[in-house]
Amino acid sequence: MKPFEYARAGSTAEAVRDFGPGTMYLGGGTNLVDLMRLGVAEPERLVDVSRLPLDGIEPVGDRVRVGATVRNTDLAADPLIRTRYPMLARAVLAGASGQVRNVATVAGNLLQRTRCAYFQDVTRPCNKRRPGSGCPAVAGDHANLAVLGTSGACVATHPSDMAVALAALDAQVHVTGPGGDRIIPMPGLHRLPGEEPERDTVLSPGDLITSVELPPPPPGASLYRKVRERASFAFALVSIAAVLDVGADGDVADCRIALGGVAHVPWRAERAERALIGGPATGEAFLQAAEAELEQARPLPRNAFKVPLARNLIVAALEELAP
Amino acid sequence: MNITLQVNGVPRTVDVDPRISLLDLLRERLGLIGAKKGCDHGQCGACTVLIDGRRANACLALAVAVDGSEVTTVEGLAADGELHPLQSAFMEHDAFQCGYCTPGQLCSAAGMLGEPGPSAVTGDILVDPDLTPEEISERMSGNLCRCGAYVNIVSAIGEVAR
Repeated sequence: MKPFEYARAGSTAEAVRDFGPGTMYLGGGTNLVDLMRLGVAEPERLVDVSRLPLDGIEPVGDRVRVGATVRNTDLAADPLIRTRYPMLARAVLAGASGQVRNVATVAGNLLQRTRCAYFQDVTRPCNKRRPGSGCPAVAGDHANLAVLGTSGACVATHPSDMAVALAALDAQVHVTGPGGDRIIPMPGLHRLPGEEPERDTVLSPGDLITSVELPPPPPGASLYRKVRERASFAFALVSIAAVLDVGADGDVADCRIALGGVAHVPWRAERAERALIGGPATGEAFLQAAEAELEQARPLPRNAFKVPLARNLIVAALEELAP
Repeated sequence: MNITLQVNGVPRTVDVDPRISLLDLLRERLGLIGAKKGCDHGQCGACTVLIDGRRANACLALAVAVDGSEVTTVEGLAADGELHPLQSAFMEHDAFQCGYCTPGQLCSAAGMLGEPGPSAVTGDILVDPDLTPEEISERMSGNLCRCGAYVNIVSAIGEVAR
Protein backbone atom coordinates (compact mmCIF):
# COMPACT_ATOMS: atom_id res chain seq x y z
CA MET A 1 0.00 0.00 0.00
CA LYS A 2 1.30 3.47 -0.88
CA PRO A 3 1.99 5.81 2.04
CA PHE A 4 -0.73 8.34 2.79
CA GLU A 5 -1.59 10.96 5.38
CA TYR A 6 -4.56 10.39 7.63
CA ALA A 7 -6.75 13.05 9.20
CA ARG A 8 -10.04 12.76 11.05
CA ALA A 9 -12.50 15.49 10.07
CA GLY A 10 -14.22 17.36 12.91
CA SER A 11 -17.06 18.69 10.76
CA THR A 12 -18.37 18.49 7.22
CA ALA A 13 -17.03 22.00 6.55
CA GLU A 14 -13.61 20.96 7.78
CA ALA A 15 -13.71 17.79 5.66
CA VAL A 16 -14.50 19.77 2.51
CA ARG A 17 -11.86 22.38 3.37
CA ASP A 18 -9.25 19.63 3.86
CA PHE A 19 -10.00 18.05 0.50
CA GLY A 20 -7.24 18.68 -2.00
CA PRO A 21 -5.64 16.89 -4.95
CA GLY A 22 -4.97 13.24 -4.10
CA THR A 23 -7.46 13.30 -1.22
CA MET A 24 -10.16 10.71 -0.67
CA TYR A 25 -12.85 10.63 1.98
CA LEU A 26 -12.84 7.53 4.18
CA GLY A 27 -16.15 6.16 5.44
CA GLY A 28 -16.32 2.67 6.91
CA GLY A 29 -13.50 1.66 4.60
CA THR A 30 -14.88 -1.77 3.76
CA ASN A 31 -14.37 -1.11 0.04
CA LEU A 32 -11.74 1.66 -0.01
CA VAL A 33 -9.23 -0.04 2.32
CA ASP A 34 -9.47 -3.17 0.19
CA LEU A 35 -8.93 -1.15 -3.01
CA MET A 36 -5.90 0.53 -1.41
CA ARG A 37 -4.47 -2.86 -0.50
CA LEU A 38 -5.01 -4.02 -4.09
CA GLY A 39 -3.29 -0.90 -5.43
CA VAL A 40 -6.47 0.17 -7.23
CA ALA A 41 -6.91 3.27 -5.04
CA GLU A 42 -3.79 5.24 -4.16
CA PRO A 43 -4.83 8.30 -2.17
CA GLU A 44 -2.13 10.60 -0.86
CA ARG A 45 -4.40 11.73 1.93
CA LEU A 46 -7.42 10.22 3.65
CA VAL A 47 -9.92 12.48 5.35
CA ASP A 48 -11.89 10.25 7.68
CA VAL A 49 -15.54 11.32 7.70
CA SER A 50 -16.88 8.18 9.38
CA ARG A 51 -17.30 9.82 12.79
CA LEU A 52 -18.98 12.99 11.63
CA PRO A 53 -22.31 13.53 13.42
CA LEU A 54 -24.28 12.35 10.36
CA ASP A 55 -25.48 9.09 11.88
CA GLY A 56 -29.14 9.86 12.58
CA ILE A 57 -32.34 8.51 11.04
CA GLU A 58 -35.12 11.02 11.61
CA PRO A 59 -38.51 11.97 10.22
CA VAL A 60 -38.62 15.36 8.51
CA GLY A 61 -42.28 16.13 7.88
CA ASP A 62 -43.60 13.22 5.82
CA ARG A 63 -40.08 12.29 4.74
CA VAL A 64 -37.25 10.46 6.43
CA ARG A 65 -33.66 11.69 6.48
CA VAL A 66 -30.92 9.09 6.75
CA GLY A 67 -27.49 10.44 7.67
CA ALA A 68 -24.54 9.59 5.44
CA THR A 69 -22.59 7.78 8.15
CA VAL A 70 -25.46 5.58 9.35
CA ARG A 71 -24.10 2.06 9.31
CA ASN A 72 -25.88 -0.44 7.05
CA THR A 73 -26.83 -2.61 10.05
CA ASP A 74 -28.48 0.32 11.81
CA LEU A 75 -30.36 1.36 8.69
CA ALA A 76 -31.84 -2.12 8.20
CA ALA A 77 -32.73 -2.51 11.91
CA ASP A 78 -34.35 0.92 12.28
CA PRO A 79 -38.06 0.67 13.17
CA LEU A 80 -39.01 3.61 10.96
CA ILE A 81 -37.23 2.12 7.94
CA ARG A 82 -38.64 -1.37 8.56
CA THR A 83 -42.17 0.00 8.91
CA ARG A 84 -42.25 2.59 6.12
CA TYR A 85 -39.60 1.34 3.68
CA PRO A 86 -39.38 -2.45 4.16
CA MET A 87 -37.99 -2.80 0.64
CA LEU A 88 -34.99 -0.68 1.65
CA ALA A 89 -34.37 -2.72 4.81
CA ARG A 90 -34.60 -5.91 2.73
CA ALA A 91 -32.15 -4.58 0.15
CA VAL A 92 -29.60 -3.63 2.81
CA LEU A 93 -29.94 -7.03 4.48
CA ALA A 94 -29.40 -8.74 1.12
CA GLY A 95 -25.95 -7.19 0.80
CA ALA A 96 -22.55 -8.16 2.20
CA SER A 97 -22.09 -9.85 5.61
CA GLY A 98 -22.94 -8.93 9.19
CA GLN A 99 -19.38 -7.74 9.79
CA VAL A 100 -19.33 -5.54 6.69
CA ARG A 101 -22.82 -4.10 7.32
CA ASN A 102 -21.76 -3.13 10.86
CA VAL A 103 -19.07 -0.87 9.45
CA ALA A 104 -20.18 0.18 5.95
CA THR A 105 -21.94 3.54 5.74
CA VAL A 106 -24.89 4.69 3.64
CA ALA A 107 -22.73 7.08 1.60
CA GLY A 108 -19.99 4.50 1.21
CA ASN A 109 -22.51 1.94 0.01
CA LEU A 110 -23.63 4.37 -2.71
CA LEU A 111 -20.05 5.18 -3.71
CA GLN A 112 -18.57 1.68 -3.65
CA ARG A 113 -16.76 0.67 -6.80
CA THR A 114 -17.53 -2.15 -9.20
CA ARG A 115 -16.29 -5.64 -8.36
CA CYS A 116 -15.33 -6.31 -12.02
CA ALA A 117 -12.29 -8.60 -11.78
CA TYR A 118 -10.28 -6.50 -14.24
CA PHE A 119 -10.94 -3.29 -12.35
CA GLN A 120 -9.58 -4.93 -9.20
CA ASP A 121 -6.50 -6.40 -10.90
CA VAL A 122 -3.85 -3.72 -11.48
CA THR A 123 -1.87 -6.01 -13.78
CA ARG A 124 -4.68 -5.86 -16.36
CA PRO A 125 -5.97 -3.01 -18.53
CA CYS A 126 -9.19 -1.34 -17.41
CA ASN A 127 -10.75 1.82 -18.80
CA LYS A 128 -12.31 2.60 -15.44
CA ARG A 129 -9.03 2.33 -13.54
CA ARG A 130 -6.69 3.56 -16.29
CA PRO A 131 -8.68 5.49 -18.93
CA GLY A 132 -7.87 4.46 -22.47
CA SER A 133 -6.11 1.23 -21.53
CA GLY A 134 -8.88 -1.01 -22.83
CA CYS A 135 -11.52 -3.38 -21.49
CA PRO A 136 -10.52 -7.05 -21.30
CA ALA A 137 -13.94 -7.97 -19.92
CA VAL A 138 -15.67 -7.69 -23.30
CA ALA A 139 -13.69 -10.66 -24.63
CA GLY A 140 -12.98 -12.15 -21.22
CA ASP A 141 -14.79 -12.82 -17.95
CA HIS A 142 -18.00 -10.84 -18.12
CA ALA A 143 -20.43 -13.45 -16.81
CA ASN A 144 -21.57 -11.17 -14.00
CA LEU A 145 -21.25 -7.84 -15.83
CA ALA A 146 -23.74 -5.47 -17.38
CA VAL A 147 -26.32 -6.05 -20.10
CA LEU A 148 -28.02 -2.64 -20.06
CA GLY A 149 -26.57 0.80 -20.76
CA THR A 150 -23.09 -0.51 -21.51
CA SER A 151 -20.54 1.18 -23.76
CA GLY A 152 -17.66 -0.20 -25.79
CA ALA A 153 -15.39 1.18 -23.07
CA CYS A 154 -16.96 -0.49 -20.03
CA VAL A 155 -19.42 -3.22 -19.07
CA ALA A 156 -19.02 -2.92 -15.29
CA THR A 157 -21.96 -3.15 -12.91
CA HIS A 158 -22.71 -1.13 -9.81
CA PRO A 159 -22.68 -3.70 -7.00
CA SER A 160 -25.01 -2.11 -4.42
CA ASP A 161 -28.31 -3.59 -3.32
CA MET A 162 -29.25 -0.56 -1.22
CA ALA A 163 -28.91 1.79 -4.19
CA VAL A 164 -31.43 -0.26 -6.18
CA ALA A 165 -34.08 0.28 -3.50
CA LEU A 166 -33.17 3.97 -3.24
CA ALA A 167 -33.58 4.33 -7.01
CA ALA A 168 -37.05 2.80 -6.81
CA LEU A 169 -37.98 5.08 -3.90
CA ASP A 170 -36.94 8.32 -5.69
CA ALA A 171 -34.52 9.05 -2.85
CA GLN A 172 -32.67 12.37 -2.83
CA VAL A 173 -28.96 12.51 -2.11
CA HIS A 174 -27.86 15.61 -0.20
CA VAL A 175 -24.35 16.73 -1.05
CA THR A 176 -22.07 19.46 0.20
CA GLY A 177 -18.82 20.42 -1.43
CA PRO A 178 -16.51 23.17 -2.62
CA GLY A 179 -19.31 24.38 -4.91
CA GLY A 180 -21.90 24.55 -2.11
CA ASP A 181 -24.85 22.32 -1.24
CA ARG A 182 -27.06 20.50 -3.70
CA ILE A 183 -29.58 17.69 -3.97
CA ILE A 184 -29.18 14.87 -6.49
CA PRO A 185 -32.21 12.68 -7.23
CA MET A 186 -31.97 8.89 -7.39
CA PRO A 187 -31.69 7.53 -9.97
CA GLY A 188 -29.26 10.17 -11.19
CA LEU A 189 -26.35 9.98 -8.77
CA HIS A 190 -24.72 7.22 -10.79
CA ARG A 191 -23.95 7.60 -14.49
CA LEU A 192 -23.65 5.26 -17.44
CA PRO A 193 -20.07 4.54 -18.52
CA GLY A 194 -20.14 6.10 -22.01
CA GLU A 195 -16.63 7.17 -22.92
CA GLU A 196 -15.76 8.14 -19.34
CA PRO A 197 -16.13 4.93 -17.31
CA GLU A 198 -13.68 6.31 -14.73
CA ARG A 199 -16.56 8.48 -13.52
CA ASP A 200 -19.01 6.36 -11.54
CA THR A 201 -21.19 9.26 -10.41
CA VAL A 202 -22.02 12.87 -11.17
CA LEU A 203 -20.16 14.03 -8.04
CA SER A 204 -17.24 16.45 -8.39
CA PRO A 205 -13.95 16.25 -6.48
CA GLY A 206 -14.49 17.27 -2.87
CA ASP A 207 -18.23 16.61 -2.91
CA LEU A 208 -19.37 14.92 0.29
CA ILE A 209 -22.69 13.12 0.72
CA THR A 210 -24.28 14.27 3.98
CA SER A 211 -27.63 12.46 3.92
CA VAL A 212 -30.16 10.58 1.85
CA GLU A 213 -33.74 11.78 2.07
CA LEU A 214 -36.60 9.38 1.47
CA PRO A 215 -39.89 10.77 0.13
CA PRO A 216 -43.12 9.32 1.52
CA PRO A 217 -43.32 5.65 0.60
CA PRO A 218 -45.20 5.08 -2.66
CA PRO A 219 -48.61 3.40 -2.32
CA GLY A 220 -48.87 -0.29 -3.02
CA ALA A 221 -47.01 -3.44 -2.10
CA SER A 222 -43.25 -3.62 -2.42
CA LEU A 223 -40.42 -6.14 -2.36
CA TYR A 224 -36.71 -6.58 -2.90
CA ARG A 225 -35.57 -9.84 -4.40
CA LYS A 226 -32.02 -10.87 -5.24
CA VAL A 227 -30.76 -13.73 -7.39
CA ARG A 228 -27.19 -14.76 -6.72
CA GLU A 229 -24.83 -17.71 -7.04
CA ARG A 230 -24.93 -18.63 -3.36
CA ALA A 231 -27.56 -18.04 -0.71
CA SER A 232 -25.73 -15.29 1.19
CA PHE A 233 -22.76 -12.90 1.04
CA ALA A 234 -22.63 -12.69 -2.76
CA PHE A 235 -23.30 -9.89 -5.21
CA ALA A 236 -26.44 -9.98 -7.30
CA LEU A 237 -26.60 -11.62 -10.68
CA VAL A 238 -29.86 -9.71 -10.99
CA SER A 239 -31.91 -8.06 -8.28
CA ILE A 240 -35.16 -6.13 -8.29
CA ALA A 241 -36.82 -3.50 -6.14
CA ALA A 242 -40.47 -3.27 -7.12
CA VAL A 243 -43.57 -1.41 -5.97
CA LEU A 244 -46.99 -2.16 -7.43
CA ASP A 245 -50.22 -0.32 -6.72
CA VAL A 246 -53.29 -1.87 -8.33
CA GLY A 247 -56.57 0.11 -8.26
CA ALA A 248 -60.04 -1.25 -7.49
CA ASP A 249 -60.61 -1.58 -11.25
CA GLY A 250 -57.75 -4.07 -11.52
CA ASP A 251 -55.52 -1.65 -13.42
CA VAL A 252 -52.05 -0.62 -12.39
CA ALA A 253 -52.31 2.79 -10.70
CA ASP A 254 -48.60 3.14 -10.06
CA CYS A 255 -45.51 1.04 -10.26
CA ARG A 256 -41.80 1.33 -9.66
CA ILE A 257 -39.19 -1.12 -10.89
CA ALA A 258 -35.42 -0.87 -10.36
CA LEU A 259 -32.89 -3.55 -11.27
CA GLY A 260 -29.49 -4.34 -9.79
CA GLY A 261 -26.61 -6.33 -11.23
CA VAL A 262 -27.43 -5.41 -14.82
CA ALA A 263 -25.91 -1.96 -15.36
CA HIS A 264 -23.32 0.64 -14.36
CA VAL A 265 -26.14 2.28 -12.39
CA PRO A 266 -29.05 1.03 -10.32
CA TRP A 267 -31.32 0.65 -13.36
CA ARG A 268 -34.75 2.19 -13.16
CA ALA A 269 -36.94 0.24 -15.60
CA GLU A 270 -38.86 3.24 -16.90
CA ARG A 271 -40.02 1.55 -20.11
CA ALA A 272 -41.57 -1.28 -18.13
CA GLU A 273 -43.20 1.17 -15.72
CA ARG A 274 -44.70 3.18 -18.60
CA ALA A 275 -45.97 0.00 -20.22
CA LEU A 276 -47.71 -1.06 -17.04
CA ILE A 277 -49.28 2.10 -15.63
CA GLY A 278 -52.95 2.36 -16.61
CA GLY A 279 -53.09 -1.18 -17.95
CA PRO A 280 -54.31 -4.44 -16.45
CA ALA A 281 -52.28 -6.12 -13.71
CA THR A 282 -52.03 -9.47 -15.45
CA GLY A 283 -49.20 -11.91 -16.01
CA GLU A 284 -49.32 -11.21 -19.73
CA ALA A 285 -49.00 -7.46 -19.17
CA PHE A 286 -46.09 -8.05 -16.77
CA LEU A 287 -44.29 -10.13 -19.39
CA GLN A 288 -44.83 -7.54 -22.12
CA ALA A 289 -43.54 -4.79 -19.83
CA ALA A 290 -40.44 -6.80 -18.93
CA GLU A 291 -39.77 -7.49 -22.59
CA ALA A 292 -40.22 -3.82 -23.46
CA GLU A 293 -37.55 -2.95 -20.92
CA LEU A 294 -35.13 -5.66 -21.97
CA GLU A 295 -35.35 -4.90 -25.70
CA GLN A 296 -32.54 -2.43 -24.93
CA ALA A 297 -30.27 -5.12 -23.51
CA ARG A 298 -26.96 -5.68 -25.30
CA PRO A 299 -25.63 -8.80 -23.62
CA LEU A 300 -22.25 -10.39 -24.25
CA PRO A 301 -21.89 -14.13 -24.91
CA ARG A 302 -21.37 -15.18 -21.30
CA ASN A 303 -23.86 -12.86 -19.62
CA ALA A 304 -26.75 -13.32 -22.03
CA PHE A 305 -28.43 -15.44 -19.33
CA LYS A 306 -29.12 -12.22 -17.44
CA VAL A 307 -31.71 -11.09 -19.96
CA PRO A 308 -34.19 -13.94 -19.44
CA LEU A 309 -33.25 -13.95 -15.74
CA ALA A 310 -34.17 -10.27 -15.42
CA ARG A 311 -37.35 -10.80 -17.46
CA ASN A 312 -38.46 -13.70 -15.28
CA LEU A 313 -37.54 -11.83 -12.11
CA ILE A 314 -39.63 -8.80 -13.13
CA VAL A 315 -42.62 -11.02 -13.94
CA ALA A 316 -42.28 -13.08 -10.75
CA ALA A 317 -41.92 -9.96 -8.59
CA LEU A 318 -44.97 -8.27 -10.08
CA GLU A 319 -47.04 -11.44 -9.84
CA GLU A 320 -46.13 -11.68 -6.16
CA LEU A 321 -47.12 -8.07 -5.60
CA ALA A 322 -50.38 -8.18 -7.58
CA PRO A 323 -53.47 -8.66 -5.40
CA MET B 1 0.87 8.51 14.54
CA ASN B 2 0.11 7.71 18.15
CA ILE B 3 -3.16 5.90 18.73
CA THR B 4 -4.72 4.46 21.86
CA LEU B 5 -7.02 1.46 21.93
CA GLN B 6 -8.60 -0.46 24.78
CA VAL B 7 -7.65 -3.99 23.79
CA ASN B 8 -9.39 -6.66 25.84
CA GLY B 9 -9.80 -4.04 28.57
CA VAL B 10 -6.17 -2.91 28.60
CA PRO B 11 -5.24 0.53 27.25
CA ARG B 12 -2.56 0.23 24.58
CA THR B 13 -0.86 3.26 23.04
CA VAL B 14 1.16 2.57 19.91
CA ASP B 15 2.94 4.62 17.29
CA VAL B 16 1.67 3.36 13.94
CA ASP B 17 2.05 3.92 10.22
CA PRO B 18 -1.38 4.95 8.84
CA ARG B 19 -1.22 1.96 6.49
CA ILE B 20 -1.36 -0.72 9.18
CA SER B 21 -4.63 -2.61 9.56
CA LEU B 22 -6.11 -3.34 12.94
CA LEU B 23 -5.44 -7.03 12.22
CA ASP B 24 -1.74 -6.51 11.61
CA LEU B 25 -1.52 -4.23 14.64
CA LEU B 26 -3.05 -6.91 16.86
CA ARG B 27 -0.95 -9.73 15.48
CA GLU B 28 2.39 -8.10 14.70
CA ARG B 29 2.65 -5.35 17.27
CA LEU B 30 0.53 -6.44 20.23
CA GLY B 31 1.23 -10.17 20.12
CA LEU B 32 -2.45 -11.10 19.93
CA ILE B 33 -2.42 -13.82 17.30
CA GLY B 34 -5.95 -15.12 17.97
CA ALA B 35 -7.48 -13.13 15.14
CA LYS B 36 -6.36 -14.86 11.95
CA LYS B 37 -5.43 -13.57 8.53
CA GLY B 38 -7.32 -15.60 5.95
CA CYS B 39 -8.08 -13.59 2.84
CA ASP B 40 -7.15 -10.06 4.04
CA HIS B 41 -10.08 -8.78 1.93
CA GLY B 42 -13.05 -9.05 4.30
CA GLN B 43 -14.41 -12.14 2.60
CA CYS B 44 -13.56 -14.99 5.00
CA GLY B 45 -14.19 -13.56 8.49
CA ALA B 46 -11.17 -15.24 10.13
CA CYS B 47 -10.04 -11.82 11.42
CA THR B 48 -13.38 -10.94 13.05
CA VAL B 49 -13.07 -8.97 16.31
CA LEU B 50 -15.45 -6.74 18.24
CA ILE B 51 -14.91 -3.01 17.80
CA ASP B 52 -16.88 -1.05 20.40
CA GLY B 53 -18.92 -4.23 20.89
CA ARG B 54 -19.76 -4.73 17.21
CA ARG B 55 -18.24 -7.47 15.09
CA ALA B 56 -16.05 -6.27 12.26
CA ASN B 57 -13.33 -7.50 9.91
CA ALA B 58 -10.05 -6.38 11.48
CA CYS B 59 -8.36 -6.67 8.08
CA LEU B 60 -10.54 -3.93 6.60
CA ALA B 61 -10.07 -1.49 9.49
CA LEU B 62 -7.18 0.92 9.41
CA ALA B 63 -5.76 1.05 12.92
CA VAL B 64 -5.71 4.86 12.82
CA ALA B 65 -9.42 4.89 11.98
CA VAL B 66 -10.32 2.97 15.15
CA ASP B 67 -8.19 5.18 17.43
CA GLY B 68 -10.05 5.55 20.72
CA SER B 69 -12.11 2.35 20.30
CA GLU B 70 -12.53 -0.69 22.50
CA VAL B 71 -11.39 -3.85 20.73
CA THR B 72 -12.18 -7.36 21.93
CA THR B 73 -10.36 -10.29 20.36
CA VAL B 74 -10.87 -13.99 20.98
CA GLU B 75 -8.26 -13.70 23.75
CA GLY B 76 -10.63 -11.36 25.57
CA LEU B 77 -13.82 -13.46 25.33
CA ALA B 78 -13.08 -15.61 28.38
CA ALA B 79 -13.52 -13.69 31.62
CA ASP B 80 -11.78 -14.57 34.92
CA GLY B 81 -10.56 -17.90 33.63
CA GLU B 82 -14.06 -19.02 32.65
CA LEU B 83 -14.64 -19.87 29.02
CA HIS B 84 -17.23 -17.76 27.22
CA PRO B 85 -20.44 -19.81 26.78
CA LEU B 86 -19.78 -19.85 23.04
CA GLN B 87 -16.32 -21.34 23.60
CA SER B 88 -17.78 -24.10 25.77
CA ALA B 89 -20.54 -24.76 23.26
CA PHE B 90 -18.03 -24.99 20.40
CA MET B 91 -16.15 -27.65 22.36
CA GLU B 92 -19.30 -29.57 23.30
CA HIS B 93 -20.62 -29.51 19.74
CA ASP B 94 -17.26 -30.24 18.08
CA ALA B 95 -17.73 -27.05 16.07
CA PHE B 96 -14.33 -27.08 14.39
CA GLN B 97 -11.77 -29.30 12.75
CA CYS B 98 -8.54 -27.41 11.99
CA GLY B 99 -9.56 -24.46 14.18
CA TYR B 100 -8.19 -21.72 11.94
CA CYS B 101 -11.55 -19.99 11.46
CA THR B 102 -12.65 -20.57 15.07
CA PRO B 103 -11.49 -17.29 16.67
CA GLY B 104 -13.36 -15.40 13.97
CA GLN B 105 -16.40 -17.63 14.31
CA LEU B 106 -16.46 -17.06 18.08
CA CYS B 107 -16.09 -13.29 17.89
CA SER B 108 -18.61 -13.10 15.07
CA ALA B 109 -21.12 -15.19 17.01
CA ALA B 110 -20.58 -13.09 20.14
CA GLY B 111 -21.30 -9.94 18.15
CA MET B 112 -24.18 -11.51 16.24
CA LEU B 113 -26.03 -12.47 19.44
CA GLY B 114 -26.15 -8.76 20.29
CA GLU B 115 -27.56 -7.72 16.93
CA PRO B 116 -31.35 -7.50 17.03
CA GLY B 117 -33.49 -6.96 14.01
CA PRO B 118 -34.32 -8.98 10.94
CA SER B 119 -32.01 -10.73 8.51
CA ALA B 120 -32.30 -11.57 4.83
CA VAL B 121 -34.21 -14.76 5.68
CA THR B 122 -36.63 -13.27 8.22
CA GLY B 123 -40.27 -13.66 7.17
CA ASP B 124 -41.88 -10.68 8.91
CA ILE B 125 -39.44 -7.80 8.80
CA LEU B 126 -41.21 -6.03 11.67
CA VAL B 127 -40.48 -8.85 14.10
CA ASP B 128 -37.10 -9.60 15.68
CA PRO B 129 -37.02 -13.33 14.94
CA ASP B 130 -35.92 -16.29 17.03
CA LEU B 131 -32.46 -17.50 16.10
CA THR B 132 -33.38 -20.64 14.20
CA PRO B 133 -30.63 -22.58 12.43
CA GLU B 134 -31.62 -20.82 9.20
CA GLU B 135 -31.29 -17.40 10.87
CA ILE B 136 -27.93 -18.32 12.39
CA SER B 137 -26.57 -19.56 9.05
CA GLU B 138 -27.59 -16.33 7.33
CA ARG B 139 -26.21 -14.11 10.10
CA MET B 140 -22.91 -16.03 10.15
CA SER B 141 -22.40 -15.98 6.37
CA GLY B 142 -19.41 -13.65 6.73
CA ASN B 143 -17.43 -16.47 8.35
CA LEU B 144 -16.17 -19.25 6.12
CA CYS B 145 -15.07 -22.66 7.41
CA ARG B 146 -13.09 -24.55 4.83
CA CYS B 147 -13.32 -27.75 6.90
CA GLY B 148 -17.06 -27.48 6.55
CA ALA B 149 -17.92 -27.63 10.25
CA TYR B 150 -20.94 -25.43 9.63
CA VAL B 151 -23.55 -27.85 10.97
CA ASN B 152 -21.88 -28.04 14.37
CA ILE B 153 -21.04 -24.33 14.43
CA VAL B 154 -24.73 -23.53 13.91
CA SER B 155 -25.82 -25.97 16.62
CA ALA B 156 -23.22 -24.60 19.08
CA ILE B 157 -24.37 -21.03 18.52
CA GLY B 158 -27.99 -22.14 18.66
CA GLU B 159 -27.47 -23.61 22.11
CA VAL B 160 -26.10 -20.29 23.43
CA ALA B 161 -28.83 -18.30 21.68
CA ARG B 162 -31.58 -20.23 23.47
